[in-house]
Amino acid sequence: MSAATSPEVIKEPSMVKQKEMIAGNYDRLTSTKESGEKVVSTFVPGNLNELIMCFDMVNNLPETNAIQNGMRKVSGGMIMDAEKAGHSEDVCTYVKADIGMMGRGNIAPNGKPMPAPDMLLLSYTGCFTFMKWFELLRHEYKCPTVMLQIPYQGDGKITKNMRDFVVKQLKEEVIPMFEKVSGVKFDIDRLREYLKNSAKAEDNLVWVLESAKNRPSPIDAYFGGVYYIGPMFTAFRGTADAVEYYDLVRKEIEQRIREGKGPITPEGDMKEEKYRLVVEGPPNWTSFREFWKLFYDEGAVVVASSYTKVGGLYDQGFRHDPNDPLGTLADYCLGCYTNNNLPQRVELLEKYMNDYQADGLLINSIKSCNSFSAGQLLMMREIEKRTGKPAAFIETDLVDPRYFSHANVKNRLESYFQMVDQKRSGASLAAA
Amino acid sequence: MECFVGIDLGSTTTKAVVMDDKGQVLGRGITNSRSNYDTAARVSKLEAFIDARLSLIRRELEKVPAVADRVDEILSGLTRNFRREQFVEQLGDLEQTCVANVEGPRFAGKEKAIIGALTEVFRRLREEEADKLFAPTAQRKSDFFRDLAGSRFMQIGEEVARDAGVPFDHLLHMYDKSIIEVENRPPSADMNRKFRTAMERVRGELSGADLDTAALGAPIDAALDVDMVERYVVGTGYGRVRLPFPKEHIRSEILCHGLGAHLMYPKTRTVLDIGGQDTKGIQIDEKGIVVNFQMNDRCAAGTGRYLGYVADEMNMGLHELGPLAMKATKSIRINSTCTVFAGAELRDRLALGDKREDILAGLHRAIMLRAMSIISRSGGITDEFTFTGGVAKNEAAVKELRQLVKENYGEVKINIDPDSIYTGALGASEFARRAVVEA
Repeated sequence: MSAATSPEVIKEPSMVKQKEMIAGNYDRLTSTKESGEKVVSTFVPGNLNELIMCFDMVNNLPETNAIQNGMRKVSGGMIMDAEKAGHSEDVCTYVKADIGMMGRGNIAPNGKPMPAPDMLLLSYTGCFTFMKWFELLRHEYKCPTVMLQIPYQGDGKITKNMRDFVVKQLKEEVIPMFEKVSGVKFDIDRLREYLKNSAKAEDNLVWVLESAKNRPSPIDAYFGGVYYIGPMFTAFRGTADAVEYYDLVRKEIEQRIREGKGPITPEGDMKEEKYRLVVEGPPNWTSFREFWKLFYDEGAVVVASSYTKVGGLYDQGFRHDPNDPLGTLADYCLGCYTNNNLPQRVELLEKYMNDYQADGLLINSIKSCNSFSAGQLLMMREIEKRTGKPAAFIETDLVDPRYFSHANVKNRLESYFQMVDQKRSGASLAAA
Repeated sequence: MECFVGIDLGSTTTKAVVMDDKGQVLGRGITNSRSNYDTAARVSKLEAFIDARLSLIRRELEKVPAVADRVDEILSGLTRNFRREQFVEQLGDLEQTCVANVEGPRFAGKEKAIIGALTEVFRRLREEEADKLFAPTAQRKSDFFRDLAGSRFMQIGEEVARDAGVPFDHLLHMYDKSIIEVENRPPSADMNRKFRTAMERVRGELSGADLDTAALGAPIDAALDVDMVERYVVGTGYGRVRLPFPKEHIRSEILCHGLGAHLMYPKTRTVLDIGGQDTKGIQIDEKGIVVNFQMNDRCAAGTGRYLGYVADEMNMGLHELGPLAMKATKSIRINSTCTVFAGAELRDRLALGDKREDILAGLHRAIMLRAMSIISRSGGITDEFTFTGGVAKNEAAVKELRQLVKENYGEVKINIDPDSIYTGALGASEFARRAVVEA
């Protein structure tokens, strides 16, 4: 069942706006031959959209292409194509979906072929696979490639040295490469203007994410959350469109709170909020709607998630700062969730459990993503120990449909929700 | 009397437990799941109520001094003769269904001969075979109607067909066409009549055996007069979503297994259940509440089906694997957890000249290694440890498990109940009881 053919998905104005924004960017990408615009490919964590805009270039994100293909149920065939071409079954399925997409003519969701990138910008923010992925793309496109080395927060903090190192690379390697490829001279004041827009939109994004502290939560911060982070994490951070979008979303959520409504789902307003969960790990995209339905049918709402922080931990205080344009880009890259170490991740999840009064933690472990999955069971145990709340572990994949077993996931989730119930009634009996 | 029922719809068998309001188990019932969960639920429940009725009869008989020391003997006779009544009743149903199925162009003109042959087959089954099958000393491999009727039908049918000059194929066709229909029809609910008829037979069998059979009347009547009311039912297991129950009557099998294991062994903290298609590692607290669990995902290697596959590969019966593996003098290392690859390793090892029992020992170890991995991911083993599910009946599997538990967790008390197949249904019946009694 694809989103396009399914009966009447309930949509709010902000969703329509976001859809138009995404479609607009694909149209821009697929018409660069006519427009003469230059294309840069980059990743969500460490996406320097404001900087890209300073050079009038169009931002292409292979990860979100893979997600689009996953949600449109075409990633499975692409992955098999990549496997035929020699990529192992265990490799990140975003990579294989991208490789397979290229093999099929690199067709964008609008049906037109994607352009070859004029430049590859690799912000290395903790995911080793990104590096290998862009190596493959460089080999394919033979275009200028720049790597922005982001030191990992192995000790759980960002030092001045780390920050200076990133800024130095921006000045000496990244910006000169952009100037060379685009032919546009870097203008730091232009960057400041975009960063102002970013900060404005970020304020509203944080407000939206934190609205989940209400009871009932007016949003689902995982399944709905991936839509709320959409413009911020992709080709729109720093644009007036994004400012407008987040204004719109905030107003919609304010209205939901006034009306005491729960989150909106593809089947309308969620009725009763029975379970409040924190979720760690990316969602499954190939069965996204079915996966979500397993939650809202049971009255489970996700009140906070780590995945919605892969493109920045705005809710922990970070804002793009127009007064320190390059320093703020460095802070942004260094602070992405993917660049956090295990104790930081545990602390963040624990904080979410407490701040959002969650009933439990759910880990969706991704079969082909070692970067996310390594250490997740240990994280789970630690959070169980610290909060005394029940946790559960399910396993799916990003965009490989072969690794989503609906019956098994359903069985585990139902068991988990009943376990939460049982713990709750056990606790209330003990308290009585 | 208020009764609380738990039904566990497994991939292979469906189990039911009937409990009273004090939490005492009255009866258990089991049937094959077929492809029809509604019927499987009905049949297993009926079986559990039959078993519950026998429990009530036992309670009453134990109060009568004249028969108190012969209760086991009386009950086993009663059970056997009750089964005979059921068998005869279902035979009648099967006969009618077979006769009704004699139609269509293929049998045109031969209807009378086929019906004649069928009538003769069923006459013999009823008048000769029923007595043989349910004689006091007879051994029955299975109490499922299909198994009992099927094997006898084949043999007698062939004789009758030959004598009557009717192709045996035709009779077989009628049987095949009718058996599922009959199986899926619940037996008539008039239990008391069957119990009374069975009791008459027991009296006949025991008369002159130094027993005051007259003293049996009152306790039997007292037990049969108890009105067992089905107050609340909880369903669990893979087929649970197919049950015609409202949602609050359905519980996950993880919770039911946890609670069931707790009821059997209250000190249980870790449960391992290996069933037909999944392996579950469950951690529970002192009240039987699940605190963590892990299951096999994406792949059913290392479950009961794995042994089924190995048995097929070796051309052996499933229940023969354990005893043969126990004869091993060493354990061949099997690396693959994949069922199909294990099959390849098995053939490879046989070709290399390894002994079947040694390879089987290795395969049992491979299953248990996989189970240990699931347990460790659920949080390891905490004393006491309860092992349930069909594989718990396999002595070689249990042996490997004991060894691995000792190697990894030291001395731990390991509980294995012969009725562990009912663990999930037991937990479900307790959930049903709590839903009413503790509401």
